[in-house]
Amino acid sequence: MTATDLPSRPRAAKAPAAPTTARPHRRWVGRSVVNAVLLVIAAGYVVPLLWVLLAAFNGTAGLGVDWPAPWTLDNFRAVLDEDTTYRPMWNGLVLCGSATIITMVCSVLAAYPLSRYRSRFKRPFLLTVLFSTGLPITAIMVPVYGLFVQLNLIDTTSGTILFMATTALPIAIWLAKNFMDAVPIELEEAAWTDGASPMKALRHVVLPLMWPGLAVVALYTFIGLWGNFFVPFILLLSNDQLPASVSIYTFFSQYGQVVYGELAAYSLLYSLPAVLLYLLLSRRLGGAFTFGGAVKG
Amino acid sequence: MAAAGTLLRGLPLVPSVVLLVAFLAGPILYCIYSAFTDMALTGSSSTEFVGFDNFVRAFTSPAFGQSVVYTVIFTVVSAIIGQNVLGMLLALLMRSGAKVVRALVSAIVIGAWVLPEVVAGYLWVAFLGPDGSLNGWLIGLGLPTQNWLFTTPILAVSLANIWRGTAFSMLVYSAALSEVPKEIEEAAVVDGAGPWRKLVSVTLPMLRRTIATNLMLITLQTLSVFGLIWTMTKGGPSDRSMTLPIYAYQQAFQFSDLGYGTALALVLLLIGGVFSVVYLRALRLEENP
Repeated sequence: MTATDLPSRPRAAKAPAAPTTARPHRRWVGRSVVNAVLLVIAAGYVVPLLWVLLAAFNGTAGLGVDWPAPWTLDNFRAVLDEDTTYRPMWNGLVLCGSATIITMVCSVLAAYPLSRYRSRFKRPFLLTVLFSTGLPITAIMVPVYGLFVQLNLIDTTSGTILFMATTALPIAIWLAKNFMDAVPIELEEAAWTDGASPMKALRHVVLPLMWPGLAVVALYTFIGLWGNFFVPFILLLSNDQLPASVSIYTFFSQYGQVVYGELAAYSLLYSLPAVLLYLLLSRRLGGAFTFGGAVKG
Repeated sequence: MAAAGTLLRGLPLVPSVVLLVAFLAGPILYCIYSAFTDMALTGSSSTEFVGFDNFVRAFTSPAFGQSVVYTVIFTVVSAIIGQNVLGMLLALLMRSGAKVVRALVSAIVIGAWVLPEVVAGYLWVAFLGPDGSLNGWLIGLGLPTQNWLFTTPILAVSLANIWRGTAFSMLVYSAALSEVPKEIEEAAVVDGAGPWRKLVSVTLPMLRRTIATNLMLITLQTLSVFGLIWTMTKGGPSDRSMTLPIYAYQQAFQFSDLGYGTALALVLLLIGGVFSVVYLRALRLEENP
């Protein structure tokens, strides 16, 4: 293991140059190629996005990608009011935020025994969880509607939060279990020897180490729920409880004619919370990769 | 005592199990029941038990066979090939890209992912439609234009799904790559491995389990994609992008044939089950070499 003697290089400098014969110019060429390829992929991604970006500022937007004529903030002004934007956004945040918290707590708790203990129930349980990740929710919405009417949960935010949390649970459990598997059990055994209970070990040893993985799970859960149209559409009835994902449909159906500029402006606003959340998490993630040290220690 | 210990160990599972049983298992059982009936949405008073009629009807219907084919094409092209390969490529490239480029690319790719399905669908309609940007460029290049949503609807929705879903694979692979010990890759470089060799012989084998898990998850997600296809083509033209979820939705909610629709949803579950078994077998072989 001669590798351990090497000074650890910064993350960005993973160029294909042998450490013994430093060839800086070759490393530089390699990195330029990587950056160029990344930028080409990004360009391919941006093209369809151009429509939403340009149409949002276009006073006369249609479905084509046109340079805004005239440039205007009128589209934003038109949608930025209580009924169109503020309340649906707040409703969405409450729905998806609460559901994400419930999902994360439940899935981390469930992942712990699934990752750490052996049991003959474990495999069937995981199989079931896996199958339910592929469940077409559209198919079960009719019986769910019936259930919610029976339980008097229809048109309640709390009931919808519980159901949304449940739809996200299977994938969250599966991902959390896999990320937890990557945390070496030796560290916990040390904690147990020091007298920590399993739950304490989970909180103080395992969770801090699987933070990047958990961030992915939380992000994925929230964004999946944030874009979910069908569930709140079926389970919530009154207008003042609807989240942004449902109210966006009013642009398509209300007047027959779609106001594309306003739709684009609204889409940008609607995407903002998820984008901000990602940026926040990724900043934190930058400094949280402590796996290497933990394994060695 | 041992039994009590086992129960205690299982205690953290309880909140999840309660939620899953109440809100997923219950409705699914009801779904299975209704797949064997002639239940209709219109609320007719009598619901009769019809045995396997719904399934017989499905397997003898050309529309059903066609929708299974489109579902498989959509899943293989957009998830197993598109999202998986592009996601891995992005995650690998991001490791050695410049910081600014990394931030820019991840913001854009994830931006595409966080857009709601409906909006993503409309972006692609705008892009591929008769007056869309793609045709605009083709005119600029002097090439013939076409309505891509009409001529190749299943490829159009697959492309849109790759565009929208790759961020998931990228995030999963990025997180997994960050856990690959640097020493092992550096050791390979010291031993004279080029970048390609290092990737194929060292990095990818260490990610086997993550790759298998990710493939499974994106396969299952893609099998049940609804909103994107619905917004872009509604399954058309002439059913040429009619995947199973669309077909099931159409039968259950538009034609009010709840029994048949839920039978179709069960078939979809079964296809997901087949993919899952293949994947689980691969993982098990791995555990006991």
